[in-house]
Amino acid sequence: MSALNIKKGATSHSAYELRDPHAVVIETHTLAVLVDNESGVLARVIGLFAGRGYNIESLTVAEVDHEGHRSRITVVTSGTPQVIVQIKAQLERLVPVHEVHDLTVEGRAVQRELALFKVTGTGEHRVEALRLADIFRASVVDSTLESFVFEITGTAEKIDAFADLMRPLGLAEMARTGVAALSRGA
Amino acid sequence: MTKQMTGAKMVVQALKDQGVEVVFGYPGGAVLPIYDEIFQQNGIRHILVRHEQGAVHMAEGYARSTGKPGVVIVTSGPGATNAVTGLTDALMDSIPLVVLSGQVPTFLIGTDAFQEADTVGITRACTKHNWLVKETDRLADTIHQGFHVATHGRPGPVLIDIPKDVQFATGTYVPPAKAKISHYQPRVAGDRAAIEKLAELMETAERPIFYTGGGVINSGPEASRLLRELVEATDFPITSTLMGLGAYPGSGKNWLGMLGMHGLYEANLAMHGCDLMIAVGARFDDRITGRIPDFSPHSKKAHIDIDPSSIGKVIHADIPIVGDVGNVLRELLEIWKARGARTNKAQVERWWGKIDAWKKVDCLAYRGSESTIKPQYALERLEALTKGRDRYVTTEVGQHQMWAAQFLHFDEPNRWMTSGGLGTMGYGLPASVGVQIAHPDSLVINVAGEASWLMNMQEMGTAVQFRAPVKQFILNNERLGMVRQWQQLLHGERYSHSWSESLPDFVKLAEAFGAKGIKVDRPGDLDEAIRAMLEYDGPVILDVLVEKHENCFPMIPSGKPHNEMLLGSAATEGAITGAGGALV
Ligand SMILES: Cc1ncc(C[n+]2csc(CCOP(=O)(O)OP(=O)(O)O)c2C)c(N)n1
Ligand SMILES: [Mg+2]
Repeated sequence: MSALNIKKGATSHSAYELRDPHAVVIETHTLAVLVDNESGVLARVIGLFAGRGYNIESLTVAEVDHEGHRSRITVVTSGTPQVIVQIKAQLERLVPVHEVHDLTVEGRAVQRELALFKVTGTGEHRVEALRLADIFRASVVDSTLESFVFEITGTAEKIDAFADLMRPLGLAEMARTGVAALSRGA
Repeated sequence: MTKQMTGAKMVVQALKDQGVEVVFGYPGGAVLPIYDEIFQQNGIRHILVRHEQGAVHMAEGYARSTGKPGVVIVTSGPGATNAVTGLTDALMDSIPLVVLSGQVPTFLIGTDAFQEADTVGITRACTKHNWLVKETDRLADTIHQGFHVATHGRPGPVLIDIPKDVQFATGTYVPPAKAKISHYQPRVAGDRAAIEKLAELMETAERPIFYTGGGVINSGPEASRLLRELVEATDFPITSTLMGLGAYPGSGKNWLGMLGMHGLYEANLAMHGCDLMIAVGARFDDRITGRIPDFSPHSKKAHIDIDPSSIGKVIHADIPIVGDVGNVLRELLEIWKARGARTNKAQVERWWGKIDAWKKVDCLAYRGSESTIKPQYALERLEALTKGRDRYVTTEVGQHQMWAAQFLHFDEPNRWMTSGGLGTMGYGLPASVGVQIAHPDSLVINVAGEASWLMNMQEMGTAVQFRAPVKQFILNNERLGMVRQWQQLLHGERYSHSWSESLPDFVKLAEAFGAKGIKVDRPGDLDEAIRAMLEYDGPVILDVLVEKHENCFPMIPSGKPHNEMLLGSAATEGAITGAGGALV
């Protein structure tokens, strides 16, 4: 045990010790949260993340069981291993939450995102955009003489890569859905 | 049996069917139909408060002292927003409450109608769960579900927002037995393998300690009984958080006193130096741990809690045990006994030797005075003159609260009501009224600071109206004492706005409310004043003028480790001259 240090009376030290939270590894996890699709449930989940200072990197939600009024929320979050465990425990504590699955821990999950890209331009740029879209298996869902709208699905990394390529070719707008994920196997 | 009735009638019926005897509330436009039903029945008693915050704290006092959920009714808009502090307080301290709020009619929601507030939005972060009921047919179900959620798992407050048209409309009433209760069924039985592991560690531990919290009390009287049995049988030392006082008797022989920022020297050093920490229904709050990396660095930690999110949140648990404290303690006792009820007696005895040396520091020692009443002295006299009585104590927040925790002793659970997690000034007076309503023949004392007391002083009217003979024991230092102490010790003695100017004359104030007021400022008159307070058959304010600049020690400044505790000069001198050997 370390020596006892009794101080008498006043101290000049600040009352607030602003420690660097011990620098540790930050992990990214994909969580699938099955919830009752009742009013306010998404606000509850988002409020939990905001209120406790957790990160949301991506979030998708839709009802997956219409009869049981059950929705599936897929959250990609990051934090220290301790924080990730906390996030799961905090989510499980919410009354409308039925199940929380950490797809990152439960085995490499299939993760997909859908994105729409509007690319404008004419001439060489336009041709190049179409050629690259083909390589990425993006499909053209709208076109004018000066624009394309591409639809692409894939991992978030693939979509990032496609965006990087489209930017110099006239990327005007993009919309992404966020990640949907399922565990592999039966 | 299902029956047709209006939503307003359903509210009263559901409360009756849930066994509710008392509600604390305040009427307004959006709850008039419910109040109309309350008027036409006698089964449920309604306590009219003076401010909705008061209603929620009263319900908290009621709940903590009975183990039953507290029930509150407030109107929409300002009624609901006034309840927010109380809800947050109850959430932090795990108090089961069911708050029913009125709402503007469904067809006006979203139009900024008169007294409309997004109550479920505002209270989402300060309730365990909340609901907006849009159909009368769902109302009874939702209320029953509310009671279920508030009282199962880790207890907490829930709020049910009921639009006025839902109260007027007729629907089908469902009794509790037929209500659709959700899947919400938190786990209550502990993991047997983990409990075995803990029993094994208890056999070999050289420096064990029980660190207990409010969870023991929330689990019910059986948990306290089992805890006592376990402590007796093992002869391990035990300390407790502010919220857990009374689970193990303050007069018990293994009791080290409260731990934490203003905890006892021996309790904090034992936590720092232990090799096995058994945390029971406590949550490693920052007021307990101090600087995290230095918190009890050499111990294995077992953590028993009903809330999985409490385990590992702040401090890593070597043996996490999720479950209801009562169940886990029962199983732990069984397993430990079946294994032969062994401990490492010789080492544990040596450990007690160390602890006894720490006790000799006498960390609560203070300089007495012939001319001024020291707050510690006032509490010692209050303790002496009320000992052995059927007594409940509430507190406000500040120095007086910490002194009360240090100097008053509780031999039973549910006898000590204080705002721990949120630290809400203004909690104590209404909480004392709530406790008194639940225990009309008991002695109920609110140990208060003058500044806190003023925050909800309007509830004195409630106490008088409902003949709640609560005793308001105000330790009046004419200072926001705790703030002043921090400014003295940690902010260069710059006393920024920490004194109470223009205080009311508390005796006249008591009389204005129709209560009795007594004032005392000399140590020699204190006993007589306390006796007069105790003897008076009705609410009393006892204004005890105490030393203005007394500091509350021991103190671990925020962010400091346990072994960098500040002691008062009286104890420090003692430590230096007499008990140097304790300073290991
Ligand atoms: C509602 C609220 N506001 C502010 C605080 C911060 N605070 C903590 S203790 C304290 C002073 C309390 O003064 P008093 O009630 O007279 O008690 P004393 O410390 O003097 O015993 C204050 C302002 C608080 N805890 N609660
Ligand atoms: Mg004061």
